[in-house]
Amino acid sequence: MEDKLSFEYAPAPESRAVVSIKPKYGHFIGGKFVAGTKHFPTINPATEETLSAIALGSKSDVDAAVKSARKAYVTTWSKMSGKERGKYLFRIARIMQERAREFAVLETLDNGKPIRESRDVDVPLAAAHFFYHAGWADKLEFAGLGTSTKPHGVAGQIIPWNFPLLMLAWKVAPALAAGNTVVLKPAETTSLTALLFAEVCQQAELPAGVVNIVTGDGSTGALIVNHPGIDKIAFTGSTEVGKIIARAVAPTKKSITLELGGKAANIVFEDAAIDEAVEGIVNGIFFNQGHVCCAGSRLLLQENVAEEVLSKLKTRMAKIRVGDPMDKNTDLGAINSHEQLLKIRELSAAGDLEGAERWSAPCELPGKGFWFAPTLFTGVTQSHRIAREEIFGPVLSVLTFRTPQEGIDKANNTPFGLSAGIWSEKGSKVLWASQQLRAGVIWANTFNKFDPTSPFGGYKESGWGREGGRHGLSAYLKGVSHE
Amino acid sequence: MSNRIDVKKTYKLFINGAFPRTESGRTYEVKSSKGSFIANPCLASRKDLKDAVVAARAAQAGWNKATAYNKGQILYRIAEMLEGRRAQFVDEIMVVTGVTKTKADKEVTDSVDRLVWYAGWSDKISSLSGALNPVAGPYYNFTIPESMGVIAAIAPETPSLLGLIDVIAPIIVGGNTVVVLASTKAPLSAMSFAEVLATSDVPAGVVNILTGKKDEIAPWMASHMDIDGLDISGLAVKSHADIRTAGAENLKRIYSFKSADPGRILAFLENKTVWHPIGL
Amino acid sequence: MNFYGLVDGTEASLKKYLGALSGVDQVGADARAAMLATRSIKTTSKRWAIDTAITMVDLTTLEGADTPGKVKALCTKAVRPDPTDLTVPSVGAVCVYNDMVSIARTHLDLIGGQHVGVAAVSTAFPSGRASMAVKIQDTQDAIDAGASEIDMVIDRGAFLQGRYIEVFDEIVKIREICGTKAHLKVIFETGELVTYDNVRKASFLAMAAGAHFIKTSTGKVAPAATAPVVLVMLEAVRDFYSMTNVRIGVKPAGGIRNTKDAIKQLVLVNETAGPEWLTPSLFRIGASALLNDLLMQRMKMDDGYYASPQYVTID
Repeated sequence: MEDKLSFEYAPAPESRAVVSIKPKYGHFIGGKFVAGTKHFPTINPATEETLSAIALGSKSDVDAAVKSARKAYVTTWSKMSGKERGKYLFRIARIMQERAREFAVLETLDNGKPIRESRDVDVPLAAAHFFYHAGWADKLEFAGLGTSTKPHGVAGQIIPWNFPLLMLAWKVAPALAAGNTVVLKPAETTSLTALLFAEVCQQAELPAGVVNIVTGDGSTGALIVNHPGIDKIAFTGSTEVGKIIARAVAPTKKSITLELGGKAANIVFEDAAIDEAVEGIVNGIFFNQGHVCCAGSRLLLQENVAEEVLSKLKTRMAKIRVGDPMDKNTDLGAINSHEQLLKIRELSAAGDLEGAERWSAPCELPGKGFWFAPTLFTGVTQSHRIAREEIFGPVLSVLTFRTPQEGIDKANNTPFGLSAGIWSEKGSKVLWASQQLRAGVIWANTFNKFDPTSPFGGYKESGWGREGGRHGLSAYLKGVSHE
Repeated sequence: MSNRIDVKKTYKLFINGAFPRTESGRTYEVKSSKGSFIANPCLASRKDLKDAVVAARAAQAGWNKATAYNKGQILYRIAEMLEGRRAQFVDEIMVVTGVTKTKADKEVTDSVDRLVWYAGWSDKISSLSGALNPVAGPYYNFTIPESMGVIAAIAPETPSLLGLIDVIAPIIVGGNTVVVLASTKAPLSAMSFAEVLATSDVPAGVVNILTGKKDEIAPWMASHMDIDGLDISGLAVKSHADIRTAGAENLKRIYSFKSADPGRILAFLENKTVWHPIGL
Repeated sequence: MNFYGLVDGTEASLKKYLGALSGVDQVGADARAAMLATRSIKTTSKRWAIDTAITMVDLTTLEGADTPGKVKALCTKAVRPDPTDLTVPSVGAVCVYNDMVSIARTHLDLIGGQHVGVAAVSTAFPSGRASMAVKIQDTQDAIDAGASEIDMVIDRGAFLQGRYIEVFDEIVKIREICGTKAHLKVIFETGELVTYDNVRKASFLAMAAGAHFIKTSTGKVAPAATAPVVLVMLEAVRDFYSMTNVRIGVKPAGGIRNTKDAIKQLVLVNETAGPEWLTPSLFRIGASALLNDLLMQRMKMDDGYYASPQYVTID
């Protein structure tokens, strides 16, 4: 028999052949691709290879998009019955399923996330969001308390780079189902799947102007936020930018929803199913390289199981396969941008400086591209920066607690309130903890699960409103009692 | 008998179940609709607001923990107490606003009935606005509305009693505690309402009522980092932009309402979604 | 007998030991097993994996219709799985009923298969429903007939009723009989224990009682060796190793019919217990049809085209 070590996983690269990336892209306005003026490169963060040139949306681009959205709203979309609107959404869902492989490959190339995740999570969930909301379009009168059946009009939507296509679906599907038209801006570093989505809209024969996509950076986003022709702003991104947008929108009549940052506690009680908890911890912080607003970035371990959990966690982390995102065996892909990598490094260095103990999984990082090994810090206290600030990377801060109440108190001791995790095999404790935690999404004995039927969104400074489910839909309908 | 000198009421603030004077020592004059002196209510300061928020925060967990049945009964108890003191409220509304007895009477009637209406919502709002979400996987997933925390409110100038109840009741019925600034010109019914609250089994700190100037207090409410939501129904529309801008610092939920409906309760509730696997 | 000092033989100590085990969340375990099933391995590794899987096979016939002729044929196949390719290794063992043990041993020895073990299913296999005296006698017979491995079944009724100490005592007694002559594999019949909590509990119980191997199933009850059940057992042996420094083996049996299934099992082993377990002394696969599929895949790798069942032997 040969040496045992010869049991190795094959690089099983997904083929790039399914996608064709143009050398240069414009915006998608009024149902057509229109040329941009200035462009900036979009790169594959795993290789630093330039994939294409993306148009930088200017004032006239945004004006044109808003005008086109308004025209489509007034002349077509608001006059169409819900039943017919729904059919367009169903078409979009189906075409996304048909072109799923293409979307997954493109997403992985542009974003750096493992193909396993884009293939198994991002793309199927995005299609599911359209399918789910399609069914709402002709049932708005049953959408519940506190909302009318009237859309806002034109929605301006600004989405992040961590789940480019999925966040597009979270925004566009409910907006269209409710009868709004949209102007969407994908994130600067990840525009390609949104532009592919524009092709899907064309294939679905969606009326021109119902969906408009303007690419660009923060300046383009600001143009959308401040545009007087927009009735509703939906933003997903950092709390810092969210506050700027909230202030910008404050003097206007615009309706607004925000899905912002988090610093979720993942609480492991003494009676947890330890092996599944370890899986949940890994999934909680290393899913999508930790570029997840709801990532379980603060691990709170009950002291009497802390040692066992940590030892199993390190063993498990050593098995995380870091590397080529296009490899189907890869668990952890590339950090999305150099800028984000620097931020992760800076906060991790602060962890070292503040006396926390760093441990990184032994793994070889590729020479090119942006990479950060799966890392945890022990000896972290509540007052450490790495326990308070969102790192948005594969870095876990580990804290301990002695009693259930102390665990909850530490978990809630943050201005964020997006999500939290609970690990316990005791039913009443799970329900008690889920009641006590001040967060919009509680994952008990699981983590980082998403579904179009399930409302997602935060308490406190993690945002305004929900996305998904009946509650998310209501964000795209006018309120009956308040504005 | 006719020579008897009335024993007049000193109108004070209502904070943490007690009736303190403003720490600032300031008062302002309230006159009748005909211009005669009625009372010197407190001109509350930002420090009174700060104290009221501390009280409201301390009371919130306990109030939130009360069962919906219990909260409903307490709101109903407020209605009972108000009903018992109708005459006093009718008189106060008439003297300050100059409306007819019929009109004042109707406002008090509506106020009692409105409280009863909100009381009934306490154990129904969750079942109507919550959801069991059929996720595509072996998970039990539900969404429930939950209290938001400490909510501040500016009551409308008129109607001074019904308007006050329309801000207080929907906020507290969902488990929040409230710090409310009463009608500036007609604060008497608000301070008498505090007496109703004090005898209605409402735990101390759940409702805190200040009297004073909107322009002075509202910005402090907007910028206070330990206030989670703000009802600005009673604030002039021209001030809304500044208040919303200041409130963005901690992303306060800020609303202005046009009517009494369940949406008013839901506005100050957070939706929490809980996932749990289904398995052996 | 008292192995590892984990349990002193009293019911109280056993309850305490089992009570300290953490639970298993079914959905989480299922998800982990499903995720590991998506791993693909290198072509060079695949060749190694196929050969390793062959050496791990406990080539099994457990039928009422078994005859000496059938068993001898099985033994021949076990020693030389592919008569046309002598680079194919022998399997780990043949697994037969008690009365076939001496036939198997004798035949294996006759054809140069001294290195292939004979595993006897024992203790009133598959139901386990017999008196202790019969189970002891059953095991003794198998050892006397030359069995080098005893695959005993636990009393699932006793286990499900909570009479853990009886299950424990039975394993201890059978292990005593095995002595140094035979390795003991303890079959749980996970399809009857149903929950992963029970699988974990049974694993720790059996390991503390002296099992050399823990085995999923008899092959007579479905579901048998599902990936999550094997995952839970691999986690148990890994944890037991960290407690005692002793590596216990794992044997999935039932339902593993093709190369893909077998390789998924090896991935589970590699990622969960670790590469140290990737050896026939710590991992076996109870199977009958699997071997031919492994051989066909091996041919395909050598020849570059898909093989036909006509070129592998039916025994």
